[in-house]
Amino acid sequence: MAAMERPFVEIDGVSLRYGGAEGTLALRDVSLTVGRGEFVAVVGPSGCGKSTLMKLVSGLWPSSAGSVIVGGREVDRPLPLVGMAFQNPTLLPWRSILANVMLPLEVVEPHRRRLRGERAAYEEKARRLLAMVGLAGFEAKHPYQLSGGMQQRASLCRALIHDPQLLMLDEPFGALDIFTREDLWSQLQGVCLTLKPTVILVTHDLKEAVYLADRVLVMSGRPGRILVERRIPFPRPRSLDDSYRQDFQDLVHELRDHINTARKGEERPDAA
Amino acid sequence: MPPETGPSAARGAANARRVEAMATAARRRRRLQRLLPWLVILGSFLLWEAVVRGFAIDAFILPAPSAILASMIQWWQPLLENAWQTLMTTLIGFGLAIVFGLLLGVAIGSSALLYHGLYPLLIGFNSVPKVAVVPILVIWFGIGTVPAIITAFLISFFPIVVNVATGIATVEPELRDVLRALGARRTDIIRKVGLPRAMPYFFASLKIAITVAFVGSILAETVGSNSGIGQLMMLASSRFDVPLVFAGLMVTAIMGVAMYAVAVAIEERTTGWAMRGQADQGVASVPGG
Repeated sequence: MAAMERPFVEIDGVSLRYGGAEGTLALRDVSLTVGRGEFVAVVGPSGCGKSTLMKLVSGLWPSSAGSVIVGGREVDRPLPLVGMAFQNPTLLPWRSILANVMLPLEVVEPHRRRLRGERAAYEEKARRLLAMVGLAGFEAKHPYQLSGGMQQRASLCRALIHDPQLLMLDEPFGALDIFTREDLWSQLQGVCLTLKPTVILVTHDLKEAVYLADRVLVMSGRPGRILVERRIPFPRPRSLDDSYRQDFQDLVHELRDHINTARKGEERPDAA
Repeated sequence: MPPETGPSAARGAANARRVEAMATAARRRRRLQRLLPWLVILGSFLLWEAVVRGFAIDAFILPAPSAILASMIQWWQPLLENAWQTLMTTLIGFGLAIVFGLLLGVAIGSSALLYHGLYPLLIGFNSVPKVAVVPILVIWFGIGTVPAIITAFLISFFPIVVNVATGIATVEPELRDVLRALGARRTDIIRKVGLPRAMPYFFASLKIAITVAFVGSILAETVGSNSGIGQLMMLASSRFDVPLVFAGLMVTAIMGVAMYAVAVAIEERTTGWAMRGQADQGVASVPGG
């Protein structure tokens, strides 16, 4: 995809140390690029700095060294062209689902200015997004009236409502049961095939990574480094049945071996 | 599915009867729950009456509820006028406490610097007995309504500040990150997450604040005022009219409960999302509401 064009996300030699010079080194010399419209999954053992990577790219944390460039611009603060979804749905409990989905519009320009005048059009857009993930009819409900999976779908809609060019998903399905998760994979794939955003997905579920991504990056244990990069050749749309095919399973196994190596490296005390 | 005959049909009917019985029991319990506060109040008055009559206690020591009621009927006009005065004084002080409590609570809750800077002063201020402040207020503002308003304000201000500050300071970092990642300004985060999040805390504090506001205004009225329920009770006790003193207490209690009920009603209406599932158990409701 988009081989000659300048990559949309360029992370170059980034390190991050929490808590000053003596603090924990969370990331060490990480470099990666994500092309426009590409879906990249980052996998790794727990505590390897995957979520830290998300914080860096979204501008929530500054890096200690190296540069993060998104859309040709150095990230020095949060960028409105990014949409985020986390492991917890983080919906505002006092707002209806529709109002929750529309929250970014009240913050991000130029929607913020237009919202008052064109509320109906924006509401229609939010309803369309909700319908896309099977939440039509739940617009007026409050988050506590929805199941965890439904809340997570609403959270996904919220991440997409302001047409972000970059979608950052931090273990978005981590807290869901396997059936709901598989359901949401195909819905996320559908949404991505329609809207074609650039996506960075952080996950610890290898099957999820292989199912969804164009490219999978394996990170080492803390401090995190990119160990392996693997292109996923399967054509889209991928179905759940595809995930039981031998070549799919082999790929998951191959990644699994890399993770095992990564975890062994972590257990050596001198690795810290 | 086999047709519903024989034992399975019988079991179905039995289950239906059980569900029906459970629903009836639940209805009966809800009715009892609504009536219970009134029954308890009535019961305690009857007990009181019986004790006073049974032990032939002098009205000067403890008047019977019937004597208090008679006094209330006899003195209904001054009671009403002074109750009105006290209610207005309390509500003005309470209103001021809401405005300044919200403002200061938001400021303290959203800034760690302000929090650390102002909190010791606030605690110290709140520890000063208000009864000691009233004479100073009387020196400054003279005998009358103003010291009572200020005392009601001072005493009800603190719980509001502390609660609102807590509500804002304890916003989940994930919720804040959702907005921060969109490039939201600090004021956006306070307006869209902090304030709504603090509302249940705010209303919980109002329920405390309104009752202590009455304490403040009546306190000030007893020390230095020429009207209000507090002053009426001082006059009555100086004339050894104990039933009228108790009548004043009754009126105050009624006003307190009524205002509390108003606070609860507003709370349930505005922050139902925080009380989900409790509404039908009537946990937060109160008689007279």
